[in-house]
Amino acid sequence: MEVDFGPLAKAGSIMGSGGMIVLSEEDCMVDISKFYLTFTQEESCGKCTPCREGTTRMLEILEKVTSGKGEMSDLDRLERLAKLCQQTSLCGLGRAAPNPILSSLKHFREEYVEHIVDKKCAAKKCVALIKYEISADTCIGCTVCAPNCPTECTTGTRKEVHVIDQDRCVKCGQCFEVCRFDAVERV
Amino acid sequence: MIDKMINLTIDGDPLQVPAGTTVLKAAEKLGINIPRLCYHPNLSIEGACRVCVTQVKGFNHFLTACSQEVWEGMEVQTNSPEIRQARRDIVELLLDNHPRDCQTCERDGNCELQKQAYRLGVRERIFNGERKRFPVEDSGQSVIRTPEKCILCGRCVRVCSEVQGVSNLSQHGRGFHTVVGPANLSNMDDSVCIQCGQCVAVCPTAAFLEKDHTERVWEALAMPRDVKHVVVQVAPAIRATIGEAFGLPMGTPVTGKLVTALRRMGFDEVFDTNYSADLTIIEEATEFLSRVQKGENLPLLTSCSPGWVNFLEKFYPEMIKHTSSCKSPMQMLSTLIKTYYAEKKGLDPKDVYVVGIMPCVAKKFEAGRPEQAMEDGMPYTDAVLTTRELAWMIKSYGIDFVNLPDGEFDRPLGISSGAADIFGATGGVMEAALRTAAVKLTGDELGPLVFEEVRGVTGLKETTLRINGMDINIAVSNGLTNAKHILEAVKHGDKQYHLIEIMACPGGCIMGGGQPYPPLDHDPLDPETARIRAKALYDIDAKKQLRRSHENPAIEHLYAEFLGEPNGEKAHKLLHTHYEARMPRGIR
Ligand code: SF4
Ligand code: SF4
Ligand code: SF4
Ligand code: SF4
Ligand code: SF4
Ligand code: SF4
Ligand code: FES
Repeated sequence: MEVDFGPLAKAGSIMGSGGMIVLSEEDCMVDISKFYLTFTQEESCGKCTPCREGTTRMLEILEKVTSGKGEMSDLDRLERLAKLCQQTSLCGLGRAAPNPILSSLKHFREEYVEHIVDKKCAAKKCVALIKYEISADTCIGCTVCAPNCPTECTTGTRKEVHVIDQDRCVKCGQCFEVCRFDAVERV
Repeated sequence: MIDKMINLTIDGDPLQVPAGTTVLKAAEKLGINIPRLCYHPNLSIEGACRVCVTQVKGFNHFLTACSQEVWEGMEVQTNSPEIRQARRDIVELLLDNHPRDCQTCERDGNCELQKQAYRLGVRERIFNGERKRFPVEDSGQSVIRTPEKCILCGRCVRVCSEVQGVSNLSQHGRGFHTVVGPANLSNMDDSVCIQCGQCVAVCPTAAFLEKDHTERVWEALAMPRDVKHVVVQVAPAIRATIGEAFGLPMGTPVTGKLVTALRRMGFDEVFDTNYSADLTIIEEATEFLSRVQKGENLPLLTSCSPGWVNFLEKFYPEMIKHTSSCKSPMQMLSTLIKTYYAEKKGLDPKDVYVVGIMPCVAKKFEAGRPEQAMEDGMPYTDAVLTTRELAWMIKSYGIDFVNLPDGEFDRPLGISSGAADIFGATGGVMEAALRTAAVKLTGDELGPLVFEEVRGVTGLKETTLRINGMDINIAVSNGLTNAKHILEAVKHGDKQYHLIEIMACPGGCIMGGGQPYPPLDHDPLDPETARIRAKALYDIDAKKQLRRSHENPAIEHLYAEFLGEPNGEKAHKLLHTHYEARMPRGIR
């Protein structure tokens, strides 16, 4: 794609300040949309209805989807709000706020569907949709993970396979970071 | 200059309008009312609610009709499916962040948000979510704020600064957490608020309301007669407006029905604030003539509008010496009720309960002024009901107002001249004063009655009258932004006035902050409403036998029997007050 005003607009984007952010398969489009919307929702000055109320409602929907509680009808509501915000907001902030949502819904809709139907985040970015497990095959029982766990839910004795109590795990990822044998898996 | 004409089409219909016309106004020419919430014809354009969006050929986003001016060849759609959905969704978004409270809300049935939600077809909630939480601010004496019901249309902010020149209100915070209120979101009484209640009048919802006094009045009315003697007085402007609350056409005078309704409700005596309006004129005219003779402290500024008095104390304390020391007619009458009347009736003033029916929100604050209380701190006026509150009480009681027979005010505190009736309209106090002053200055008992120069609802009127070889420069203002112009001119010595009438509310008390909300197809503050309501008062005046305040026999009798001389010692003690500079907390 050519980087110019026209082609960018066609793809549902804008030139903005000219910056470009490169994302990969390891990024979750729903999470990215949420990230940008969090910014615009906070920056909304609050003067006009669609931006003030609309960004808040869209953010609520995205939070619902990324936490695995989404329903397919949420996508229609999201799209409807995004268009409303784009078409009726008073200034450029509100009009551009839903761009990430609209273009990701257009080009990466399947990612949203995956979050809603399969309750899965392929990029493993949406914390509510992932869990940490210790592989019985790889864990050598080095015990490093256990003292690093803030909720003390990683347990096991020396030289034996450790386990995570899923009910108490807050998904902080500490064990994942500290395990030198890659025995902790994000699934 | 002939306006350049612009051709456009609205929903396919061609039309021509002058350049500079907005789409909203152009559509009105075709008989199409585009929905609106933040728009108000008397205020600057805000463009905040976005309910008035329209589709214009060539644009991907929608344009707001209230702010968009027409251009040659413009093609507007006001009712396409996309527009219908957008408007519906915008109103739903407002409702989603609003308490679901209609059944228990003061504005139920007369709320613009409710009206638009119904009109635009919001029949279900599809975007529901968290809503903002703010406490109710009801510690003030006149105006209470319920921010959860605020839809951030900004009308109150604009009326307070543009019409009243007070600028007490602004938006605080940002985004979803925006809230409207005075600086530091302080208590209204501690802010620069002058309690005029115009924010209440223009608010489309119940986010601003007057402080409720109905409950205490019900309680007083329910007390045994020998424990509480409950007396009511009715301000001039009420008789011209309360009929609207019962579906009568605007400008229907209902004095007689009002008296009957109050009797049915159980008030022991029904008195007329008109009586003390006449008394005000005697006291004020005497004050005026003595200042003219001595040539000191001119101009004299009227003092019957408590909204204006608050403004004086907070913004123009240097003008205090110019301001008449007369209490407002309400306070004069309440004072007489608890002194003169109580004495005559052999009642202990403690057992007398005085209720004022007022067009005014500021009178609630005035009633509580400590310097206007009795020696033991008891207020002269115990409760002040706005026109709206009384209308609600009458409905709540179940009184069939429209079909009531006419009653008459009780005597003697119910006798009045036509000069008193017109107190309710801007220019009325001036005209009433001039009627009496002209007679006093010329000695001609048949002096002029009608002073056309001071009639009409424009914000600022000034003229020079020649009375008995003397030029009298007068000015009449309503809406405090207009008062500011005059006060600045006086301060800087640009103008030499003798007498200035100032009313806080735009149009005078007929448009007071406590008057009935207009029907939903009218805008609050509409000058046409003011004109019609004022006409009702002038018509009542024209039909009266007595036209000049000093001709009121009951007033003559009051001086002979009780007060002594106008401006005399007793009159001064009871009927006059004093003012002091009152800086809002934090500025002192
Ligand atoms: S669109 Fe602009 S004006 Fe409207 S709330 Fe957002 S930032 Fe404010
Ligand atoms: S992710 Fe955090 S909370 Fe969960 S087991 Fe690992 S260290 Fe403990
Ligand atoms: S302000 Fe209007 S919409 Fe809100 S609760 Fe009251 S009546 Fe209902
Ligand atoms: S009562 Fe009057 S002065 Fe006070 S905030 Fe409302 S409009 Fe402003
Ligand atoms: S308080 Fe009323 S008038 Fe003021 S912004 Fe809120 S809704 Fe509008
Ligand atoms: S103009 Fe009338 S209604 Fe308004 S503040 Fe003054 S007395 Fe009250
Ligand atoms: S009425 Fe036009 S934006 Fe509110």
